[in-house]
Amino acid sequence: MLEIKDLNVHFGVIHALKGISLSVQDGEIVTLIGANGAGKTTTLRTISGLKKPTSGSILLDGKDITHTTPRDRVKMGMSQVPEGRRVFPEMTVLENLELGAYLRRDRAGIAQDLKMVYERFPRLADRKRQAAGTLSGGEQQMLAMGRALMSRPKILFLDEPSMGLAPLLVQEIFDIIKDINQGGTTILLVEQNASMALQIANRAYVMETGSIVLSGTGEELSNSDDIKKAYLGG
Amino acid sequence: MKISGKTLGQSAAFRKLVGALVIYAVIQILLATGLLSDYYFATIVTIGINVILAVSLNLITGFTGQFSLGHAGFMSIGAYFCAFITLRVEGIPGFLLGILVGGCAAALVGVLVGLPTLRLRGDYLAIATLGMAEIIRIIFQNIKITNGAAGLSNLPQYVNWPWLFLFIAAVVALTVNFLHSSPGRACIAIREDEIAAEAMGINTTRYKVTAFIIGAFCAGVAGALYATYFPRIKPDTFGFMKSVDILVIVVFGGLGSITGSILGAIVLGLISMFLSSYTELRMVLYALLLVIIMIFRPQGLMGSRELSLALMKRAGDHLMGLFRKKEKEGRV
Repeated sequence: MLEIKDLNVHFGVIHALKGISLSVQDGEIVTLIGANGAGKTTTLRTISGLKKPTSGSILLDGKDITHTTPRDRVKMGMSQVPEGRRVFPEMTVLENLELGAYLRRDRAGIAQDLKMVYERFPRLADRKRQAAGTLSGGEQQMLAMGRALMSRPKILFLDEPSMGLAPLLVQEIFDIIKDINQGGTTILLVEQNASMALQIANRAYVMETGSIVLSGTGEELSNSDDIKKAYLGG
Repeated sequence: MKISGKTLGQSAAFRKLVGALVIYAVIQILLATGLLSDYYFATIVTIGINVILAVSLNLITGFTGQFSLGHAGFMSIGAYFCAFITLRVEGIPGFLLGILVGGCAAALVGVLVGLPTLRLRGDYLAIATLGMAEIIRIIFQNIKITNGAAGLSNLPQYVNWPWLFLFIAAVVALTVNFLHSSPGRACIAIREDEIAAEAMGINTTRYKVTAFIIGAFCAGVAGALYATYFPRIKPDTFGFMKSVDILVIVVFGGLGSITGSILGAIVLGLISMFLSSYTELRMVLYALLLVIIMIFRPQGLMGSRELSLALMKRAGDHLMGLFRKKEKEGRV
């Protein structure tokens, strides 16, 4: 579904991504793990169009989308849950969700998806008139995920969904990610919590200082000694 | 009579219309009976122009989150372009054409300044608009056709209360409708979180520029009204301090509240009118009042909320509650 070839990204003189190549097949959960500053978020931001690459190409269903705007990419079925959730704090939960469907004009479909999001996240339904900034961290993460689902994406990008959440909540969020995937949405997941990410992922890529250093199935990497040492605590 | 399931009396739009017409009628009666002299009417015109300026700057700064420091620049463009027209075309057609041309000229300059700077995030817009306003002022001060620092005088006067009210109502209605439209929601999303807005597929540059152009247009109209009420305009009137004055009204009324901007313009207008008898102390007292008010209400008069009957009722209930509590404590 998604293919990235030899992607290079610079921030001024800093070479942030050094020729990244990766692919995500239809219906998969693929995770990108690695330490702080490895370039995981930059990779996601480049794929969703928020950051322009210096060279390389991004293909969606075989079509080159390297030079399209974020808006076009959302229209083509890509949607992002940004790092740090980034909900619209002074808007209500409902308004946040409606903005997720900003580019859609089919009212019936939007209403249907809103119902679906409320079913998946009942706590959002309870708080639909509440300002998003007053939600707890876990609820904001759910809202950010619900908002991203409102564009009815084919592929969903999640950037550090476990960040700053209690372990029980992290488990809940990962269960929901798995569930969304089983509903037919392809998922690319960026995580620092490598053990959790590898548990639900079909395949994984490991990043280090701007390059991909390892890749394999979730199981393979969970059992690899290098990974255990570097990311899984022994 | 029913409108979309509600009776006419319950429809919010209808109530707002009635409220506006009542204000219009009261002032019209006061003016017609001579209870409000020309001196007070001049204050009303100043307040009215400030309402337009503040509401339009609030659209840019309070709702879209783009910090602009050049509103007086747009105002001066509107004033000068309008004056050129009214000095050449007589009567009401000249007046209306002048306002239209003034607004459009300001909007055009808005495009020229907005397009390159609004692509960037951060405070570039504040710097660019500040520079733009100064450049405009210096141009008007130095070219022959605007008569330099002395400015243009003997301008024909057209603005009366009905015209003023019409333009205030039009600007407020335009702004409120824009904010409730889909592009308006996009603007608020940009203020809330620009990156998230972009990730939702919102073309952030486009909507920032749209809000900026609407704001510039309305400021141009305000300038045109100025040039058709006061018989003389000069570059000094539209200096940096004027831009700051408008910003003060917006912050004082509440960033992101239309009714806040209207109230802010009225309250600050009345304060400076009452203070005008203490010439030497005027600016000191004005500044002191502002400081005191901002200490007690840092979010401005209205915060980001709108004044509505429901809000007034809640505030009333709250006050009554406090009052009863005091009463109880008094008895014990």
